[in-house]
Amino acid sequence: MDLNTKFTAKSWPDHPETATMEAKNKFVGFWLFLGGETILFATLFATYLALRNSVPSGNDFSTDTLFELPLVFVMTMLLLTSSLTSVYAMYHMKNYNFKAMQLWLAITGFLGLGFLGFEVYEFTHYIHLGFTYGNSAFSSAFYTLVGTHGLHVAIGLVWLSLLILRNARRGLNLYNATKYYTFSLYWHFIDVVWVFIFTVVYLMGVVG
Amino acid sequence: MTTAANTVAQKKGFGATLWDWLTTVDHKKIGILYLIGGGFFFVLGGIEALMIRLQLLVPNNDFVSAGFFNELITMHGTTMIFLAAMPLLFGFMNAIVPLQIGARDVAFPFINSLGFWMFFFGGLFLNLSWFIDAAPDAGWTSYASLSIASTGHGIDFYAIGLQIAGAGTLMAGINFLVTIINMRAPGMTYMRMPLFTWTTFVASALILFAFPPLTVGLFFLTFDRMFGGNFFHVDGGGNTIIWEHIFWIFGHPEVYILVLPSFGIFSEIFSIFSRKRLFGYSAMVFATVLIGFLGFMVWAHHMFTVGLGPTANAIFAVATMAIAVPTGVKIFNWLLTMWGGSIRITTPMLYALGFIPSFVMGGVTGVQQGAAPLDYQLHDSYFIVAHFHYVIVGGVVLAILAATHLYWPKMFGTMLSEKLGKVTFWFFFIGFHMTFFLQHFLGLMGMPRRVWTYNKDQGWDLFNAISSVGALLMAIGVIVLVINIIMTTAKNERVGNDPWEDGRTLEWAIPSPPPFYNFPQTPLVRGLDTFWIEKKEGNKRGYIAAEPISDIHMPNGSFIPFVMTLGLFIAGFGAMFRLEHSWGLPVLIGGLVLTFLAMATRSIKDDLGFYVTKDEIIRTEKEILRSERGSN
Repeated sequence: MDLNTKFTAKSWPDHPETATMEAKNKFVGFWLFLGGETILFATLFATYLALRNSVPSGNDFSTDTLFELPLVFVMTMLLLTSSLTSVYAMYHMKNYNFKAMQLWLAITGFLGLGFLGFEVYEFTHYIHLGFTYGNSAFSSAFYTLVGTHGLHVAIGLVWLSLLILRNARRGLNLYNATKYYTFSLYWHFIDVVWVFIFTVVYLMGVVG
Repeated sequence: MTTAANTVAQKKGFGATLWDWLTTVDHKKIGILYLIGGGFFFVLGGIEALMIRLQLLVPNNDFVSAGFFNELITMHGTTMIFLAAMPLLFGFMNAIVPLQIGARDVAFPFINSLGFWMFFFGGLFLNLSWFIDAAPDAGWTSYASLSIASTGHGIDFYAIGLQIAGAGTLMAGINFLVTIINMRAPGMTYMRMPLFTWTTFVASALILFAFPPLTVGLFFLTFDRMFGGNFFHVDGGGNTIIWEHIFWIFGHPEVYILVLPSFGIFSEIFSIFSRKRLFGYSAMVFATVLIGFLGFMVWAHHMFTVGLGPTANAIFAVATMAIAVPTGVKIFNWLLTMWGGSIRITTPMLYALGFIPSFVMGGVTGVQQGAAPLDYQLHDSYFIVAHFHYVIVGGVVLAILAATHLYWPKMFGTMLSEKLGKVTFWFFFIGFHMTFFLQHFLGLMGMPRRVWTYNKDQGWDLFNAISSVGALLMAIGVIVLVINIIMTTAKNERVGNDPWEDGRTLEWAIPSPPPFYNFPQTPLVRGLDTFWIEKKEGNKRGYIAAEPISDIHMPNGSFIPFVMTLGLFIAGFGAMFRLEHSWGLPVLIGGLVLTFLAMATRSIKDDLGFYVTKDEIIRTEKEILRSERGSN
């Protein structure tokens, strides 16, 4: 593949993310990878549901005393918004507007960072209360499910930073367009998982 | 970038050769690497099996201690499933599937290499447990109640080693899926794909959905044992049955991950050596997909005695028996492929003929255990041991041995001796039935599975002795195979494109072994068994080209997969010894950092591949033609 081909907004293909054979492979492969990730999170959710509120006697942690919805609401808003901004970025990617894409991706990254900050705050808060990882089966299942999601956010942020910095000078080409696109798929996936975490862990924990 | 360095018959120093193998992304070389790695672990697992049978040869034996016996059975099962059977099948998939669909490589050559190294280092990690601390001893299923209680680091080796190897398998699965979806040559529609490609496709889909639960389960086990988790600690609110569910949600599809590609191999063999189109091709495809689908619906039949209740047991019993239907379809299709065919009894065909009755027996006992009330009687007895060895050895290992003979010429360019091949078959086949047939009856007589030794005069003595002698016969068969391989390699008599003379699919239309770009021109596929069609129409070349000769784009080799895996391997030791040694945590973090740096390098460094020029292709093709004429 020739990276030196210069495109204009006109000559840029309609679907740059699948314009070459390698790109098509990456595109299909990444969707399949997300299929596997779905099963991974499904297993974590099932385990969490089985062990929710399962604590040793004399230990009174439970979902309705522990979780506070306002904090989680802010986190949800941050992450949902970051998904929207990544859509804007992809819109500009398809129109060959590199600067605008980078800008929206940077905003996506900061929103994700904000989300992660709140999550770290939330976890430290629980640990101060004594709800540590080894506290109970409930705590292990909780931290593993929500923490795995948090780890995905963190890895996504590193990935995004590398993408933004690596390509800052050279702009868009058919080689990195797929990389940007698969990142946005990944980011949406993380967002969808969070919607389920918000519902199953927090909302059902406090209300249900 | 690369010129003649990759083409045929260039002399290279040892260092350069080693570097070439460490960095290769060529699917054919990775196939060979899988074969070497899997073969090594197969021998290791076989030695463990022989020690098990030696211990059970006579009653009240103390050849090995009870604790060591537990380690032996655990490592035998784990090694054979994860480190021998699967990698050996991956070896053939890698070597053959891209050729069968007319592709020049897999979709992700880099990930292909990464998958191999993760399998290899994971296996190495697991087996280092023999030398460091203790080997895992909770059975290959590692049920949580046992594995949590097990002292020493054995189970830690199991959890981390399988984690690394399992991640490699998942990558290989995704790679094959995308390869088959995207890289098929023009005209190679789904319903023209050879059966081995189809079964690889379905098995890869099973890998994609079955391995993530294993990953999660192993993480739970790791967290519980090394990081203070409480998933399976009942006094912390945990529940050990969760492990059983997660393990079998992975573990049952795993059986089909192994056996479906084996079915594919036998489908190829039956049709090649009956010189006939596979009977009921579309029914075979449908049965494969159906088995894959049902494979996910039956995991709780491993847990009938847990106490899930009659409703759950009944549902899973019915689902289990339903799998016999598509499997039966396959058996009849194979029989009808032979019907009226002009059969040649070659070594691979001999294995295929031996496979049918052996596997049917394993299937019949499977349906028996599927009946939940009867399973209460059979559970955890030697009947189970007999059953799953009939399925795995009678199905999978026979397929691997058959494929070794069938595809050896395509992978290495030499033909294994047919005479020695048949000797291997008879030793192995007779030894196999001798070992496992009587174990059905031992089970019915009450001999429990995984038992270290037994008392005299329970009527178990004779059957156990015969069973142990059978294991020895199987070992002799494998030794003959190794001799065969050494002799064939030493003789080095080169063979042509279609050494079996009746090849039907694309891999037999190109040289053995193929040049590194496989097809100088992408082939055009005109139907099922495309090579057979071309041969019948007198096309000497074996396939029609879909494009003029032009520059070919090929992937670059890379050392990064090796480094990435090495990082995880190092981190594994850190995680394990974190609690008792101060160096544990830094090593854990250091290893992970190494892996992440390698990943970042991969992300930042452009890997655009290189082009093989038209001139070079023409030159290479001429050279191949000349060397073929020279050898004939």
